[in-house]
Amino acid sequence: MIEIKNLHAAVDGMPILKGLDLTIASGEVHAIMGPNGAGKSTLSYVLSGREGYQVTDGTVAFKGQNLLELEPEQRAAAGLFLAFQYPVEIPGVTNMTFLKHALNSVRIQRGAAELDAMEFLKLVRAKTKELGMSDDMLKRAVNIGFSGGEKKRNEILQMAVLEPTFAVLDETDSGLDIDALKIVAEGVNALRCRERSMLVITHYQRLLDYIVPDHVHVLAAGRIVTSGDKELALHLEEEGYAAFAERAAA
Amino acid sequence: MPDLIPISSPGAAPADWLAGWRTGPAATASETPEWLQSARSAAAGNFERMGLPSRRVEDWRYTSLASLAEQNLDWSPPSVDVTRESLPALVFGREADCRLVLVNGEVRPNLSSIPNLGDGVVLTSLSNALGEDDDRVLRFLRQRLAEDGSSLKILNDSWLLDGYVLIVPDDTTIDMPIEILSVGTGGVRPPAYQPRNLVIAGRRSHVTIVEYHIGLCIGSYFANIVTDIDVGPEAIVRHCKVQDESKEAIHLALYSARLDSSAQLDSFSFTLGSRISRNELRVRLEGLGAYCRLNGAYLVRENQHCDHTSVVSHASPETSSDQLYKGVLDGQASGVYQGKVVVHADAQKVEAHQMSRALLLSETSEVSTKPELKIHADDVQCSHGATAGELDAEALFYLRSRGIPEIRARQLLVEAFLNEAIDAVALAGMRLPLEQNVVRWMAERSGP
Amino acid sequence: MAATAESVAQVEEIRKYKHGWETDIEMETAPKGLSEDTIRFISAKKEEPDWMLGWRLKAYRHWLTMEEPTWAMVDYPTIDFQDIYYYAAPKTTEGPKSLDEVDPELLRTYEKLGIPLKEQEVLAGVQGAPKVAVDAVFDSVSVATTFKKELESHGVIFCPISEALKEHPELVRKYLGTVVPYTDNFYATLNSAVFSDGSFVYIPPGVRCPMELSTYFRMNAKESGQFERTLVIADEGSYVSYLEGCTAPMRDENQLHAAVVELITMDDAEIKYSTVQNWYPGDENGKGGIYNFVTKRGACRGDNSKIRWTQVETGSAITWKYPSCILQGDNSVGDFYSVAIANNAQQADTGTKMIHLGKGTRSRIISKGISAGKAQNTYRGLVRMGPKALNGRNFTQCDSLLIGDRCGAHTIPYIESKNRTAKVEHEATTSRISEDQMFYCRQRGIGEEDAVALIVNGFCKEVLQELPMEFAVEAQKLVGISLEGSVG
Repeated sequence: MIEIKNLHAAVDGMPILKGLDLTIASGEVHAIMGPNGAGKSTLSYVLSGREGYQVTDGTVAFKGQNLLELEPEQRAAAGLFLAFQYPVEIPGVTNMTFLKHALNSVRIQRGAAELDAMEFLKLVRAKTKELGMSDDMLKRAVNIGFSGGEKKRNEILQMAVLEPTFAVLDETDSGLDIDALKIVAEGVNALRCRERSMLVITHYQRLLDYIVPDHVHVLAAGRIVTSGDKELALHLEEEGYAAFAERAAA
Repeated sequence: MPDLIPISSPGAAPADWLAGWRTGPAATASETPEWLQSARSAAAGNFERMGLPSRRVEDWRYTSLASLAEQNLDWSPPSVDVTRESLPALVFGREADCRLVLVNGEVRPNLSSIPNLGDGVVLTSLSNALGEDDDRVLRFLRQRLAEDGSSLKILNDSWLLDGYVLIVPDDTTIDMPIEILSVGTGGVRPPAYQPRNLVIAGRRSHVTIVEYHIGLCIGSYFANIVTDIDVGPEAIVRHCKVQDESKEAIHLALYSARLDSSAQLDSFSFTLGSRISRNELRVRLEGLGAYCRLNGAYLVRENQHCDHTSVVSHASPETSSDQLYKGVLDGQASGVYQGKVVVHADAQKVEAHQMSRALLLSETSEVSTKPELKIHADDVQCSHGATAGELDAEALFYLRSRGIPEIRARQLLVEAFLNEAIDAVALAGMRLPLEQNVVRWMAERSGP
Repeated sequence: MAATAESVAQVEEIRKYKHGWETDIEMETAPKGLSEDTIRFISAKKEEPDWMLGWRLKAYRHWLTMEEPTWAMVDYPTIDFQDIYYYAAPKTTEGPKSLDEVDPELLRTYEKLGIPLKEQEVLAGVQGAPKVAVDAVFDSVSVATTFKKELESHGVIFCPISEALKEHPELVRKYLGTVVPYTDNFYATLNSAVFSDGSFVYIPPGVRCPMELSTYFRMNAKESGQFERTLVIADEGSYVSYLEGCTAPMRDENQLHAAVVELITMDDAEIKYSTVQNWYPGDENGKGGIYNFVTKRGACRGDNSKIRWTQVETGSAITWKYPSCILQGDNSVGDFYSVAIANNAQQADTGTKMIHLGKGTRSRIISKGISAGKAQNTYRGLVRMGPKALNGRNFTQCDSLLIGDRCGAHTIPYIESKNRTAKVEHEATTSRISEDQMFYCRQRGIGEEDAVALIVNGFCKEVLQELPMEFAVEAQKLVGISLEGSVG
């Protein structure tokens, strides 16, 4: 699905990612854990093509395509989805309008026909039902006045509607209490399937109790220093990042 | 809106004003340096051309000076004998450690008490500073004289006889507040006087100025005050002004400040007195990261007219400004707030907020507000707000339902209303006396 | 809000200024320039009563004493008022009796326009099509008024003002110039002297106008000015919703448009007046475009009457316009909802005046200004609570959005209160489209220009949702089109 090789990236000339390698196969869920400042969010922005993140070396192949030469919206159309750590507010634009815009933009780029208002409504209603969400959220402006939990659920709803093949979840657990976390995780799990890969970025192990990954990687100082299965996350929790960082340095 | 913004057409320069200048000391004094004399003459010529601003001048649309032009002013009033004893020792509940006194715009060393304020600190009269050829003063003054301005600034330029001068050297902190007591006296004819004050705060200096403007008479006089302020890099100037002039006085004050990088100006104006008053602040935030806070509170009644005008120019990136003006109007009083915020092109990451609130206590009081934004950069956060209305009926009812009599309830609400501005006064010691003035003013009211 | 999605998706299809073509129709014009003769010519062409000519001449003589105002934040070369055609009319001067008689070229023109003579079926009154009665003003002359018969059966008068002067002179004479007197201001006075046509509407007492009324203005002839005059009277207890659309072809030279609109509501009456102004804005460098100097004012004469102005201003090189309400009747209500977009070299100085005279009068101002390119956009407004405006209320919300760092956004509100029981609240903010918002949209697959259109439509939503549905869709599209090229 996605193959990242020797990825180097800098922000304002300061190197953040320093030779990151990661390969994720179809249907796999990988988790990246790491201390603050390790480059976790940088990775998610580099993959999604945010301005200000300069790739200085390395390659990213996404379904055989060079991801790095695409505009952000083209990456979205290619099937990449980023669930934001801090979802953005857009006053006056309802969730419904936003979703319809996004879906139809993606469909046009993918060469599919646009959905008309009725078809779209049907689709969205089905998705909200699947995720156990209320239709009220659709009528409200994008993320305006949403609680932390609502914002994260909204991200999952967008993911469900856009049906990406590869989703990056950037600290989806941040700012959530345990109940909200469970709900969001259920939503994510409902979207797991053989055709869809995910990269779960998190600081804490607890999210991985609910979204169980196939592989866990530890990111420190811009590189992946250790990889393992879900047990690695538990060790990490016990041992702490400091010990890992030391080992990485050694 | 054609009837709204008339074409600016200058008013006339009253003939007796010009005659007053020609026969007064500003034109006739000997031993005046040539540059100063020619500056005065040029300004007088400009004033004659510009005239007194009429309400057709946009900046003066809400404040009429027609009654001023009709007064038979004395442009060179005789020096009035004022004794130390006749001055209020405790202007605001506090004995001053450092006080400079001006009577009708003229500094009176015999009434002032100026302790040693530290090495290089200068607190003196303008006439003295000019006499000593203080280079800093001359350079600063010449620069300010070269600047354009309203015709009242030009009028002040044409006199330039006295005022106070404060110079704080680099890296100097003056702990004690510097009190400036300006006294107006009446006369057979209403005296007219035009002090020119200069404040120069050096790099990383800190100073607090408290200005009182009071009247020792019940009659009329005209004060046209210009204060030029220069705040050096990282310096902090705090300025608190209490204007409690005679009820017949006309008090027009212009504060023109320039702020260097990371400099701060904190200004608070408290207005109680004068028949017509205008407090005009023109602040240029020239250095990166400069900040100004301009606050004010006013209480006016009977036929008083009170005008707060401000122009804040954000000429550099990352500059910020906050303004909060709160006024209470009673009787036939009228209030004005005109605030203009200008964000220059390329002055990115600017933050500017303005708020004006007015409470109308009587049926015949009125208020006019014009908060203006002119923005030429996009990465800015600017807001303004304005409200006008009477006391909140629900709050009033709530207090009364708790057994508080109506008159007292109104007093409490007015005090609370003004305290939002007063609480922000940088000089903590000033807050209580200011609040006490509010209480007294409310207690003097007769009706509900 | 499906409309938003639908319309913005169509943005791609619509080119920069879709109304930028010229119709080749034989025109009859008055000689260039302005004089008493020009005015006599116009009045004679219209076969006007003597009093009308007299009024025009009074206005002209007054205009000669006036100076062109300079207070607005707009900058343009001096207009040579002698270098303008004050009268241009399609040569078929016999007013068309029906659509069949309308010059077919003109009909094709309408086809190209899309708004608001949207579909031919609307014009033809095909069953099931939304009923919108249209008065089309082509340069200076009203060429087609639809649904006249049906309106007449309700007692509604909707016709060109030139026709009203013949058919209902007493009504016109009673109300014309009573809201905007001929001495009002430079452009209104000029209009009073030379106006050639416009729409006249009278809704009798108790009648709820059965359909939307619409005027469509188009400027076509070269070097011509358009000076239409609109007068809408809603008698006691009546209601009308009125729409106005404007376009002009692309031309290198500037064209002058100086219209006057007067609205009058009696007791319990209501007028909703909506405008989508899309005059040619000039090119990216400010060449060409319409100078739009318009005086619009409504008088709520009756108690409990209501006037609502809704405007979407996207066109014109210069917009100078302050639709206002004089709230005379007790408990009367004035609203002003405005979106003003200025891109490239456009300059807009627009806002409103709410003059509260009666007891319990209320007003609301919602203004959304968008500046892009090197445009200058100014909100200028006045709220005045008179001494008798007991318990008057005003709320003003004035938001500016800046796109790019070379444009300007200015807010100049005047707030005057002479009544303590009146309550006035004003809020204003300035913001820009954040990088975060753009990236969020793009990550979801939405392209840059679409994202701008989407975000700006959200910013304007409070205003756009006040428009009648047919117009709302058009307006949302216009928002996107007029901001093309503002990012990237």
